[in-house]
Amino acid sequence: MKITAPLTDEAIASLHAGDKVEIWGVIYVGRDAAHKRMIESLDKGEPLPFDPHGQVIYYMGPSPTPPGYVIGSAGPTTSGRMDAYTPRLLEAGLKGMIGKGNRSKEVRAAIVKNRAVYFAATGGVAALISLTVKKSETIAYSELGAEAVLRLEVEGFPVIVVNDIYGGDAYEQGKEKYKVTTGTP
Amino acid sequence: MREIQAQDITETIARLAKEANLRLGEDVLARLRSARVVEPSPVGQEILDQILQNAEIAPQTGLPLCQDCGFAVVYADVGQDVHIVGGDLTTAVNEGIRRGYKEGYLRKSIVNHPFSTRDNTKDNAPCVLHTELVPGDQLKLTVMPKGGGCENMSYLKMLTPSAGRQGVVDFVVDSVERSGGNPCPPIIVGVGIGGTADQAMAIAKRSLLRQVGEPNPDPEVAGLEQELLRKVNATGLGPMALGGVTTALAVHIETYPAHIASMPVAVNLQCHSARWKSATL
Repeated sequence: MKITAPLTDEAIASLHAGDKVEIWGVIYVGRDAAHKRMIESLDKGEPLPFDPHGQVIYYMGPSPTPPGYVIGSAGPTTSGRMDAYTPRLLEAGLKGMIGKGNRSKEVRAAIVKNRAVYFAATGGVAALISLTVKKSETIAYSELGAEAVLRLEVEGFPVIVVNDIYGGDAYEQGKEKYKVTTGTP
Repeated sequence: MREIQAQDITETIARLAKEANLRLGEDVLARLRSARVVEPSPVGQEILDQILQNAEIAPQTGLPLCQDCGFAVVYADVGQDVHIVGGDLTTAVNEGIRRGYKEGYLRKSIVNHPFSTRDNTKDNAPCVLHTELVPGDQLKLTVMPKGGGCENMSYLKMLTPSAGRQGVVDFVVDSVERSGGNPCPPIIVGVGIGGTADQAMAIAKRSLLRQVGEPNPDPEVAGLEQELLRKVNATGLGPMALGGVTTALAVHIETYPAHIASMPVAVNLQCHSARWKSATL
């Protein structure tokens, strides 16, 4: 299933937990320090580094860019660390997040309430993901170095839908399906 | 008495650091392939395919297997008849890590002042160095880039001896289950039983240097490895905890004699990007 970013409401409504999706288009990279800054901006009524409406944030800190490449290895970092900041960004119009690992109850509720979606990228396939990035530019907080906000253009970035607008959770569903409960393993 | 130049140690460490971040061992790849054959979960299959594909892309492009190039854990087994000249071992090894991480475009992920400013050291040094004196006149060096995600999922419990074998089973399975997707399954579960608290953790990590799935030579311990592997894979976590039967590729248990009052059990998890390279000088 091919999905373009920024996300439309129709596209988001078509996604269900467990769907395999390829993302094409523009996504923004931000992690711990950038999230803290963005919430501070929201608190002060200052503009964010990018208009969040419909956009997708990718939690990632790349390895250095070798000569001839657009970006270094670029796999996801653990999403849970950004949980505290996420509901505010969803209220501000953010529609998608890519990371790895499950989200808190509060974030999952905010995802359903604000009709957004959380995707998991596979950890440790960072070279494969790097090759889906066709363009990368630093757009804010460059003084944060590896934690600066990047704007990426991606083609065929493979992800799995974890949390959809219907309350589905791929981590819960997966474990339920494959857990062995009968007999002695 | 055999002389080894500190410079050669530095160059070897730099080379091992780069290779370990680019090339998975054949044993890891073989185990991933056999897991892919039996994994029934479609998402799990997709993830294992991506892992295997990534393992081909990294050495072809020079992009590291994972963007987290880890804490450099280094093992130096120094022969008693070796004389290191031209510098000291620790400095030579750290210099090698600096060089390897710079030349290999590897991520610098180490910070000073861990509980306050956490400012990046900018060169991925210092490493964590485990040195042992062994018989002979050779120097064996191993570099294991250990990712922060899986290392964060480390556990230690000082069980009472009365907890017995079942206590060990319950603790290890619980440790894997509560870790969820954080250590990037499919994992290798390193277990250390016995010794003191630090010894249990040290042997748990060293167990990760075995060929994947190689059993402990003691049949009683090997039996426990097999039981733990079955139970861990029965949790249903699967690849990246999205559901499946391949939560762990192997369980490696190392034991050490224990104090009459103690049964320390340490768990050190290795992610699927199980990276290490060795060389002997």
